[in-house]
Amino acid sequence: MSELRQDLAIIQKWVRPNSEILDLGCGQGELLSYLKREKNVHGYGLEINPEKITACIRNGVNVIEQNLDNGLGNFEDQSIDTVIMTQALQAVKRPDELLDEMLRIGKEAIVTFPNFGYWKTRFYLLLKGRMPMSDTLPYNWYDTPNIHMCTFRDFEILCHEKGIRILNKTVVDDQHREHWSIGLWPAMLGEIAVYHITRK
Amino acid sequence: MPDVIPNDSVGLVTPQIQHFDEPLTLRSGRVLEKYDLIYETYGELNADRSNAVLICHALSGDHHAAGYHSMDDKKPGWWETCIGPGKPIDTNRFFVVSLNNLGGCAGSTGPTSTNPETGKPYGPEFPIVAVRDWVNSQARLADVLGIDVWAAVIGGSLGGMQVLRWSIQFPERLKHAVVIASAPKLSAQNIAFNEVARQAIAKDPDFHDGWYQEKNTLPKAGLMQARMLGHLTYLSDDAMRQKFGRELREGKLNYSFAPEFQVESYLHYQGEKFSTRFDANTYMLMTKALDYFDPARDHDNDLRKCLSQAQCRFLVMSFTTDWRFAPARSEEIVNALIHADKEVSYACIESDNGHDAFLLPIPRYLDIFQAYMDGVAERSFEGATA
Repeated sequence: MSELRQDLAIIQKWVRPNSEILDLGCGQGELLSYLKREKNVHGYGLEINPEKITACIRNGVNVIEQNLDNGLGNFEDQSIDTVIMTQALQAVKRPDELLDEMLRIGKEAIVTFPNFGYWKTRFYLLLKGRMPMSDTLPYNWYDTPNIHMCTFRDFEILCHEKGIRILNKTVVDDQHREHWSIGLWPAMLGEIAVYHITRK
Repeated sequence: MPDVIPNDSVGLVTPQIQHFDEPLTLRSGRVLEKYDLIYETYGELNADRSNAVLICHALSGDHHAAGYHSMDDKKPGWWETCIGPGKPIDTNRFFVVSLNNLGGCAGSTGPTSTNPETGKPYGPEFPIVAVRDWVNSQARLADVLGIDVWAAVIGGSLGGMQVLRWSIQFPERLKHAVVIASAPKLSAQNIAFNEVARQAIAKDPDFHDGWYQEKNTLPKAGLMQARMLGHLTYLSDDAMRQKFGRELREGKLNYSFAPEFQVESYLHYQGEKFSTRFDANTYMLMTKALDYFDPARDHDNDLRKCLSQAQCRFLVMSFTTDWRFAPARSEEIVNALIHADKEVSYACIESDNGHDAFLLPIPRYLDIFQAYMDGVAERSFEGATA
């Protein structure tokens, strides 16, 4: 548990025991194996990185090689209890369409993404006049996989436009820790957002 | 011929023959009163008989999957890349069983065997066998070997179809299913290729409606054509371009109809070699078994319903340039398994080698295969329940 990233620890609170999970961009399957152990969930991870796929298989996690940008048409409507996507929303071609897909397949979804409205990011652009880089966003503008950065407000406006209901949300720092001070001004002080959403 | 047997080979192996007297009723309704199965084993069966792995062969395969029969052998068994000490199917951990299927021509009862009713070779009268018949006969071999539950049943191509059939026919008798470069049923294009191959054989004047053994002939030309066509479909356009390009055997055009391009002589060589080692009636039978395979047919053509009977975990793998059994075909299996809430992992492996890739040492393929099989050993019988 100690090694589990804090955002994963937050996510697990929102996942019901014995439920069906789909993890989009599941990495080495850390979250799925944790949820299987702690909550007895059944699920699948989607991943495209070959090394990570092998790691999932080694860890006994169900992993399906599938590119999120090619759609999720192979999953049936409302067939999954919770569709989870950590730190990948900003890297897909059409985050808005993927959100729709997540809530077509899943009764609920959990999304985490880096907050482009974080104060350091804002000041980076304001003072240096360059695209922000940080530990959370370590890439140059030209080689970044993060092609659709957004702020908390952007995300919530999109949810509102799509009729998506926000069940829970929290923000964490770059170490994925929840801290009381972030709560004072989350849009500015939170580096990573964790949203729990549904369409119902 | 190996001067020295490599360390990662199972080494010298000797096939065994198991005779069965209990009649086997086939899918066609016909009955094989008695039959033999030839098989090889590699590795040691553990005390509680929980480390056994079954290998299911493809169209032209046989029981000789790994190792050498003698120091004079030019080549090892057909799946030497994957079976042996330290390899994905690690013979230090697993007890591996590999047999020649019924209807084959490598020692199990088939068209070249003597029909006890007539005293003559079966020839074309050998009953048409289906994938489920093979699985039934494999289960009987497992009974004889004292294997109640396979740790894994593994196969590529037509072998993968046998694995699928195992998972629904004897769901309680396997813990893992590894299905490689396979499909839940053939497409019209696949069947068409098989029919062209069968016609090439059937129209060879030396075929004599399958009675060539009686006539002391062999339909070599037909079998050669069938194999050349088959071989083409196992390779990708890229693989052929890389391997042969437009290279000429003699470096210049000869304005003749003899084979001039390297690709032509390669196909001739492959066809020629095959036509002397393989039996034409067996080729006809094996292609029919492929054509007939469609397990969803008994379940309202619903593959999910069909595979919902399975209880094992699945690993499914495909290869990017395989157009004989394209990745989309493997994905049909994977999606049906997901819809049935089964445990499944899937990888689509980048390779230029077409359908043949499942026999080749492609690093990512072997890594995934090894990772999965390590898990099979560690989680199911080596007691590490971590």
